[in-house]
Amino acid sequence: MTDWFTQLRWSPYIVGAAIGILSWFTWLVSNKPIGCSTTFSRAAGALERLLRGRRALDRPYHREVEPKLDWQTTFVVGIVLGAAASALLSGDFAGRWIPAQWGSAFGSGIGLRAVVAFLGGILLGFGARWADGCTSGHGISGTMQLSVASWVSAIGFFVGGIVVAQLLFRVLA
Amino acid sequence: MRPKRAELTWGLLFGIVFGFLLHKGGATSYDVILGQLLLTDFTVLKIMLSAVVVGAIGIHLLQGWGRVKLSPKGGAWGKNAVGGLIFGVGFALLGYCPGTIAGAIGNGRLDALAGGLPGILLGSWLFAVVYPRAKDGLLPRGAFPRVTLPELLRLPQWATIILLSAVIAALLAVIERAGV
Repeated sequence: MTDWFTQLRWSPYIVGAAIGILSWFTWLVSNKPIGCSTTFSRAAGALERLLRGRRALDRPYHREVEPKLDWQTTFVVGIVLGAAASALLSGDFAGRWIPAQWGSAFGSGIGLRAVVAFLGGILLGFGARWADGCTSGHGISGTMQLSVASWVSAIGFFVGGIVVAQLLFRVLA
Repeated sequence: MRPKRAELTWGLLFGIVFGFLLHKGGATSYDVILGQLLLTDFTVLKIMLSAVVVGAIGIHLLQGWGRVKLSPKGGAWGKNAVGGLIFGVGFALLGYCPGTIAGAIGNGRLDALAGGLPGILLGSWLFAVVYPRAKDGLLPRGAFPRVTLPELLRLPQWATIILLSAVIAALLAVIERAGV
């Protein structure tokens, strides 16, 4: 059993099935689907409130998605902790800027990686709000609820991602 | 415990399990995610599709027993296809998604913490800025007349779930056969 927890990788099917089972319990106990991206909207709203005061709450979107602590906020904090626990147990925890695949294509410059990650983050955050969900909320929770919108979104995530990844690594690099 | 505190505690506990699983599956790794987008490593799809099958069967049983009330989201082409594609572009550039970036931060990855995270916050804020105009513009364009797959396919719910599971199983078998 302890071997299990110190292993770096589990079978993706075991992990997937366990995430599926986890979703039964998030519904049953908390009446919530697994999801992440709304938290970043609440956090952005909270940051704006910090900088501009209560005027930030005048934005219609911040009135619909209030900058407050909720179930999903602590869920996302939990992800950080859970991944850290798994990484520490398996000796994979490391402060690193450059992923291997990125480094072999674009070199080990921190500046370039940081700028591209930042730009990617902007599009990711904007796109998640535009589509009203991310790879968890649409890609796992929405698709399992058989939502047409979630299937369209999830296919969009991967079509967009595959096209741009091919351009980056097969054309540009 | 007060209900609010219990809710937040459960969120934290479920999140810890989810983050643990994401790391064990390799999904907090840029290289695994880019491998999926470059079609050289199908780990991400294997995780997601097996989660969808196991999850779908369980939550619809629970729904049938009256234990949970599901809430499948409606949408529109202007919202889900456009947003999905924008997300996809960011997904490829960043190499993490909103859930796996939290895991990557827990994993110690600095490109996630110092590059991607501020980007996602800025992108989410920019959406809040354009929302008043998008709300009645592109977002609702091409609304889906049918919300769920059973409605779309005109099939009973369980027939849809069985069909979907079979299609996913066949797809995963093809992926395994191809050895990716």
